[in-house]
Amino acid sequence: MKKIKLLVWLCTLGIMAGSLAGCGKQNAKGTSKETKEASKITITNVSYDPTRELYEAYNKIFQEHWKEKTGQEMEITQSHGGSGKQALEVANGLQADVVTLALEYDIKSIEDAGLIEKGWVDEFEHDSAPYTSTIVFLVRKGNPKNIQDWGDLVKKDVGVITPNPKTSGGARWNYLAAWAYANHTFGGDEEQIKEFMKALYHNVLVLDSGARGATTSFVENGQGDVLIAWENEAYLSIKDSEDYEIVTPSISILAQPSVAVVDEVVDERGTREAAEEYLKYLYSDEAQKIAADYYYRPSNPDILKEYSDVFNLNINLVTIEQFGGWDKAQEVHFADGGIFDEIYEE
Amino acid sequence: MKNRGKAKKARVIPGFGLSAGVTLTMLSFIVIIPLASLVIYTAQMDFHEFLHTITRARVLASFKVSFLTALAASSVNAVMGMILAWVLVRYEFPGKKIMDGMIELPFALPTAVAGIALTSLTTDKGWIGSIFAGWGIQIAYTRVGITIALIFIGIPFVVRSVQPVLEKLEPSYEEAAGVLGAGKAQIFRQVIFPEVRPALFTGFGLAFARCLGEYGSVVFIAGNKPYYTEITPLIIMSELQEYDYTSATAIALVMLAVAFLILFAMSLIQAKNSKILRGGN
Repeated sequence: MKKIKLLVWLCTLGIMAGSLAGCGKQNAKGTSKETKEASKITITNVSYDPTRELYEAYNKIFQEHWKEKTGQEMEITQSHGGSGKQALEVANGLQADVVTLALEYDIKSIEDAGLIEKGWVDEFEHDSAPYTSTIVFLVRKGNPKNIQDWGDLVKKDVGVITPNPKTSGGARWNYLAAWAYANHTFGGDEEQIKEFMKALYHNVLVLDSGARGATTSFVENGQGDVLIAWENEAYLSIKDSEDYEIVTPSISILAQPSVAVVDEVVDERGTREAAEEYLKYLYSDEAQKIAADYYYRPSNPDILKEYSDVFNLNINLVTIEQFGGWDKAQEVHFADGGIFDEIYEE
Repeated sequence: MKNRGKAKKARVIPGFGLSAGVTLTMLSFIVIIPLASLVIYTAQMDFHEFLHTITRARVLASFKVSFLTALAASSVNAVMGMILAWVLVRYEFPGKKIMDGMIELPFALPTAVAGIALTSLTTDKGWIGSIFAGWGIQIAYTRVGITIALIFIGIPFVVRSVQPVLEKLEPSYEEAAGVLGAGKAQIFRQVIFPEVRPALFTGFGLAFARCLGEYGSVVFIAGNKPYYTEITPLIIMSELQEYDYTSATAIALVMLAVAFLILFAMSLIQAKNSKILRGGN
């Protein structure tokens, strides 16, 4: 019997050792490969869904730029998904050299996990947001319900489609943009603002879990009269279809998708220089134009002006600072028991 | 000792000790350790906080939605799955092999794809949905829609549990009962059903547990209206989105506990049934 017990232990140990050795081997392999091909550098950009095409275009010009500058080939791996989910994965150890996410708050969560050093927001110009966007309305051709501004969304027979701000980082901008309008209209009277928000979300037919789902509900499944959407996504929706129009409200919010270098990863992999250059080059004229081509508003005001036939520049854009920053906005509006929960309480 | 040694020789897989060791190791790597981490995360909150987290009105409403729709879907599946299995075992018809293979397709399809496809079919603009919309019934974005998605993903569990039992059940028993004067209903109640019941319970329990945790296919069809069509997995996802892992794991733990209780109850019923079948009391 003792022999058998010993065998069992050995077997258990064997499995454990085997799996550990497996991990070790992989690591060793990775580093030897790196030293062998020192002339080639690889960085990973963890981003969110709507930037896929933008970064595919940007990576091409950046690879050329990097080769010109250092003579080195660069390979760039992209990863896309929901912004919050992506942040969670990086915080849990997904090896990202740079993150380019939808919300400052998402990058802050990686900072909280100890992977990004404090002060990253000031590392690059314009609060580390090389391009911005805003929240607009997508309505059906001819605008049958005559929707011009946020006030029209609370009318009785209007069906609204917007994702759930609790599960979609991007949807928080939608909510805050509506709040900014109500705040302006009711002169800061919180009771009235809440009533407005309640009426607005009462008109929401489908509260999808993400922005892409909301677009599907509106475009593919024909639900609702108006989709509250990011400007860049709205433009992509109308690009190959003539059934929709974009309506720009009088007030909206300046959505700043943030970018940051993941300090811990770049220091370990020795890619800091490349990663920093990758983000810095997003501010170059060439890259700013690519951003505009993919309907993100360039942060360079001169280039933004060049695209004034695309973007409505008369819109009044409030910033997240007017909500006291992301932490405050998160705590007041979206945390458990926050105002968004209140809106749905009966 | 000697006897045991002899018995051991007859076994195909070596020694109980070794088998048990391997089983335990694999079980802990694959099931126990990941689940224990849930408990550990949850243990970061004290009991009062835990209670508060899982009894918030919105969470309770989501439990209600999740449990009711899962129950409805797996009940429908128990009946439909039984009929499907019966047809597949007892009748010969062209295309039977293909139909048999199709039963498992819901397993293979990414659930999100299933959800999107079902939604576009059942909205008031969709193929099936537009017919029902004519009668004033809305399917997508209601609990009915959720139930339909859950029926879709749960059906293979029942069919595949019942099928082998029916295959083993010889038609001669039914014939014998018929000769002895039993009516059709009586044959089903007293000959077929008792044999199939344990398997049916297993299938029902598996489908129910799966439905409780289903996220991918449901979020698209549910509409996710708080208090009305918000399922518990969505609440868990939104807690994760807020980086509130402890709340998320606390709610998940409640779901797991209930699922475990149901599966456990099912296996108790099954054990009792098979005891009766073997001639015990």
